[in-house]
Amino acid sequence: MRMLPRCLSGLLCLCLLLGLPLAAQAQDDPGQALLAPLDTASYADKGEAIEAIIASGDERSRRWLEALLGGKLQRHKDTGQFVVVVENRGRSWPVVDALSFEDAGEMSRRELDRIGINNALRGQLQGALAVLDLHADEVRDRREAARELLGDVDATLAEPLRAVIDGEEDAEVRRLLEQALAIHRLEEGDAAAVDALAGSLNSRVRSALNVASRSEDPELAAAATSALAGIEQKMKLNRGLETLYFGLSLGSVLVLAAIGLAITFGVMGVINMAHGELIMLGAYTTWAMQQLLPGQPGLALLLAIPAGFLVAALAGVAIERGVIQFLKGRPLETLLATFGVSLILQQLVRTVISPQNRTVVSPEWMSGSIMLNEGLSLTLNRLYVLGFALVVFAGLMLVMRRTRLGLEVRAVTQNRAMARSMGIRATRVDILTFALGSGVAGLAGVALSQLTNVGPNLGQNYIIDSFMVVVFGGVGNLWGTLVAGLSLGVINQVLEPWAGAVLAKIVVLVFIILFIQKRPRGLFPQKGRAAEG
Amino acid sequence: MWLTRPFNERSTRLFLGILLAALALVTVLNLAVPAGHPLHVSTYTVTLLGKYLSYALLAVAVDLVWGYLGILSLGHGAFFALGGYAMGMYLMRQIGDRGTYGDPVLPDFMVFLDWDSLPWYWLGFDMPGIAFLMVLLAPGLLALVFGFLAFRSRVTGVYLSIITQAMTFALMLAFFRNEMGFGGNNGLTDFRELLGFDLRSDATRLGLFLATGIALALGYVLCRAIVASKLGRVSVACRDAEARTRFLGYRVERFQLFVFVVSAMLAGLAGALYVPQVGIINPSEFSPIFSIEVVLWVALGGRATLYGAVIGALLVNYAKTVFTGVMPDAWLFALGGMFVLVTVFLPKGIAGLLTYRFQNQRLTHRREGEGATTTTGRGVSA
Amino acid sequence: MSFIKSLADRERVFDFLVPAQSPVDVRHGPILYLEDVSVSFDGFKAIDDLNLTIDDGELRCIIGPNGAGKTTMMDIITGKTRPDSGSVWFGSRHDLLTLNEPEIASLGIGRKFQKPTVFEALTVFENLELAMAADKRILPTLTARLTGEGRDRIEEVLDTIGLVELRHASAGILSHGQKQWLEIGMLLMQRPRLLLVDEPVAGMTEQEMERTAELLTGLAGKGKQSVVVVEHDMGFVRSIARTVTVLHQGSVLAEGSMDRVSSDPKVIEVYLGAEAEEEVA
Repeated sequence: MRMLPRCLSGLLCLCLLLGLPLAAQAQDDPGQALLAPLDTASYADKGEAIEAIIASGDERSRRWLEALLGGKLQRHKDTGQFVVVVENRGRSWPVVDALSFEDAGEMSRRELDRIGINNALRGQLQGALAVLDLHADEVRDRREAARELLGDVDATLAEPLRAVIDGEEDAEVRRLLEQALAIHRLEEGDAAAVDALAGSLNSRVRSALNVASRSEDPELAAAATSALAGIEQKMKLNRGLETLYFGLSLGSVLVLAAIGLAITFGVMGVINMAHGELIMLGAYTTWAMQQLLPGQPGLALLLAIPAGFLVAALAGVAIERGVIQFLKGRPLETLLATFGVSLILQQLVRTVISPQNRTVVSPEWMSGSIMLNEGLSLTLNRLYVLGFALVVFAGLMLVMRRTRLGLEVRAVTQNRAMARSMGIRATRVDILTFALGSGVAGLAGVALSQLTNVGPNLGQNYIIDSFMVVVFGGVGNLWGTLVAGLSLGVINQVLEPWAGAVLAKIVVLVFIILFIQKRPRGLFPQKGRAAEG
Repeated sequence: MWLTRPFNERSTRLFLGILLAALALVTVLNLAVPAGHPLHVSTYTVTLLGKYLSYALLAVAVDLVWGYLGILSLGHGAFFALGGYAMGMYLMRQIGDRGTYGDPVLPDFMVFLDWDSLPWYWLGFDMPGIAFLMVLLAPGLLALVFGFLAFRSRVTGVYLSIITQAMTFALMLAFFRNEMGFGGNNGLTDFRELLGFDLRSDATRLGLFLATGIALALGYVLCRAIVASKLGRVSVACRDAEARTRFLGYRVERFQLFVFVVSAMLAGLAGALYVPQVGIINPSEFSPIFSIEVVLWVALGGRATLYGAVIGALLVNYAKTVFTGVMPDAWLFALGGMFVLVTVFLPKGIAGLLTYRFQNQRLTHRREGEGATTTTGRGVSA
Repeated sequence: MSFIKSLADRERVFDFLVPAQSPVDVRHGPILYLEDVSVSFDGFKAIDDLNLTIDDGELRCIIGPNGAGKTTMMDIITGKTRPDSGSVWFGSRHDLLTLNEPEIASLGIGRKFQKPTVFEALTVFENLELAMAADKRILPTLTARLTGEGRDRIEEVLDTIGLVELRHASAGILSHGQKQWLEIGMLLMQRPRLLLVDEPVAGMTEQEMERTAELLTGLAGKGKQSVVVVEHDMGFVRSIARTVTVLHQGSVLAEGSMDRVSSDPKVIEVYLGAEAEEEVA
């Protein structure tokens, strides 16, 4: 991607180098031979000349034809030089050479001869211009051109289009052109044309079908109506997929925010109300990295991943050593104390940085979207965050299942006293666990900085949701957190259209409150005597 | 009979004595001492103190469930706010046609939203009897439903704390919506009179202050009576060994529900007394932070003592008034610091420091007074 | 005349030894009946097809290595854990699987936990007061006043469990053995028909153990309580047991007198093996 501008500029240089001698030897330019026949009084001859220009495939064809259509292609009476008028106001007009398109100074309107066209030629030119792009080299450009043609085909265009279709290699372009022709046929009242349009999500196709469905011809109206129903069906599916995508995206944010909590809460039984502020620290780390590396938002973001982890992990360890270790076995007090810490951290950011939100720039490769079909496109930043969440989850799973630390953590979770007597240093495990959970919160912050505003209240907005996710999924169960986070995200998005964002959130909260009554230990509870403790 | 039991306790008599003396003193300093005299207590201060006292009642309610039942509710602000809204709805109806739009029935915000009639749940709030009943019933009902569901499924400990927090958070979001019919963002305000008394007059303000003080006294006695009864000891039993209590044949969830509902109603009463004094009720009272702050008052004052809750509420709120006046930025630091310091260094709160001195005295007292009826000031095992 | 005399006599007998009027119907068989009970936690079969019958007034000891399912069995009887299959009957009228813990407790099943569980913030006296058989609904509890009769009962139990002097001390300061006794005292205040006692002598001195043995054997008897004791200490079991049931991997391995059971080769293999393991751990 980054190569592209350089290539273009290179190309430009090349053109300039080649262009200079070309201008000097205008007579040798094949363009001159193409344009010359236009200088005739016969409209029929002009028509043939236009055909020849189109057939030539010359890169400049479009600009010539556009200029001709706009009456701006003119010929110098004395030199016979073809020029394009840039602006035809006043007495003398700025012009460019029609071959090299280089500035040719100003010419008096008296010196110039306009190459006139009539209505028939105007129609021919318009059609030709529309078809012209269909000869482009890039498939993408051809598709774009074909899409532009939908609904704009008239009788004059139909014939050349058929020829283009026959010569086209790309199936997508062919399909689009068939549709364009079909719309034309539909407008003429051909019911059979509906078949070619069925299933298309393009808005122009739909409006053409809509018009047809109100047609007086019952056969045509019926066919169009049923095709519209099919399209509506497909759009519903698309909307469903879009909701799912947004839901998964929101869910991935919830998972990221909650999974660190799942570790500290699940393993140590510690309620860390400052978890949200650790997320906030991660987000601010991203901002700080971008301040340190101005102009390189992408690099800053990548560096922020380890940095955010470290900052949040260190803060987490400080909280563990400074507060939580003194409150072992008193979960309610821990909750209160860490809430105090969260207040302090928030105020600290307000005082030291600013109470206002900070802007974190999204790097280029994260903006934009992927278009899956005409009705569905996925924004890239959300896709990245979704992927990031899954990677973090997989990483945590690996740590918990495959490493010595994970083994010790699981041992301490299940039986603290026994683990200690086996020689596991529970205190060390606590610190590492807390650092891990906090670090993941920092990662969540880095990811969140790409989706929302970075401000002192960032963490607060997520803490209740995060707890809900952990409790819903079942404490101490990472899979539970993943499933719970994603499903809550989807549920929220599904509810939103008919309930509104706020009500959807309320409904989800009430749902979880009720769910916990039914299954106090979450979706995936730990069973057995150990869990009762 | 069980209700009068607390009057035999020295601690209760002491508490009531100090409270009533303080009420009398403020009244005298407000009415009898001329303005400008250094000892004069302005009406502004009286109202401020009245606000503190309603907070103190809320803290007592929280201490009843947290201290004696072991249920850390992070959602008591919701009950407080519901009581406040019930009172606010009554006060709104009392405005009558004196609002900006002059509608005789509809409050201003409803006129603004183009509503043409009162929603059904606003009916009857023009009658003080019904409105004051709702002050207790609305929070009581919410506590009943919520508690029934939670305790039946044995949701306790931090889980319960988290879902109470979710409850108040959900309510806050709901009350922010204009469609709910409670004034949305702005809440209910611009009150004029209460039972015919002008809310802006000095006499009404003093009256409200005294009413709040008396409500606090009565609430305190009620909680003390519950705590000193056998039911209070069952509560402590539920707190310390829930399973054991169940195996003794007590329906733990019903006891929890009873105490929880009583506490919620007291919180509602506190909210109802708070609203006419501050002149506004809006959804921010539902915010989780407020509820958790209430818990800090109790923790600072000392859990499971009731009077500790009162001390904590008064101290923290006084400090908040001072801080936010002098250096507003520092208040959150101070509040956060208090959370940490109190839980780490002062687990029994200020009352814990006081009890230590009176420990011996009380032991002898207990032996004389046929033991089993007093449970004052015993340590709390977390 | 003799009727009155017998009444007077009974007054002198420890009141708590007489079970409260319980609706339990034992005319047609045992007081406790477990049939084909199974329960598993995450695939681990804690109880596997367990069958157990306790007769009215019987003193039964249940032994078995760690993980044999003894505590889980108690959990099932008292309603704390629901089995996956099987049936549990109290007398011939009450299906325990349909009842919750307080209902089971008020039917007359008392339980002592493995770890002594008393209300540490309350005094010894208050602990017993709470345990006393009474109307345990909310309002009666709120307005309850201790009657002279109730006070006498508490005093009697205090005497029995040897905590008279400590009646106003908070239970939290008691020694481990004293807590065990207090918990047994609380069971006695409940006047249960069936006592489930989980490791009553753990942490007790030799002397305390003897007194506990005396108390438990005194409790059980026709028309009085039935007692089920789960214990690790073989010496203690030998001193009180009439019938012993050996649990292994969630089902009954052997049942009979102590002598018969202890000579059973299956038991020796399982039990001694487990003991050996324990020493290693």
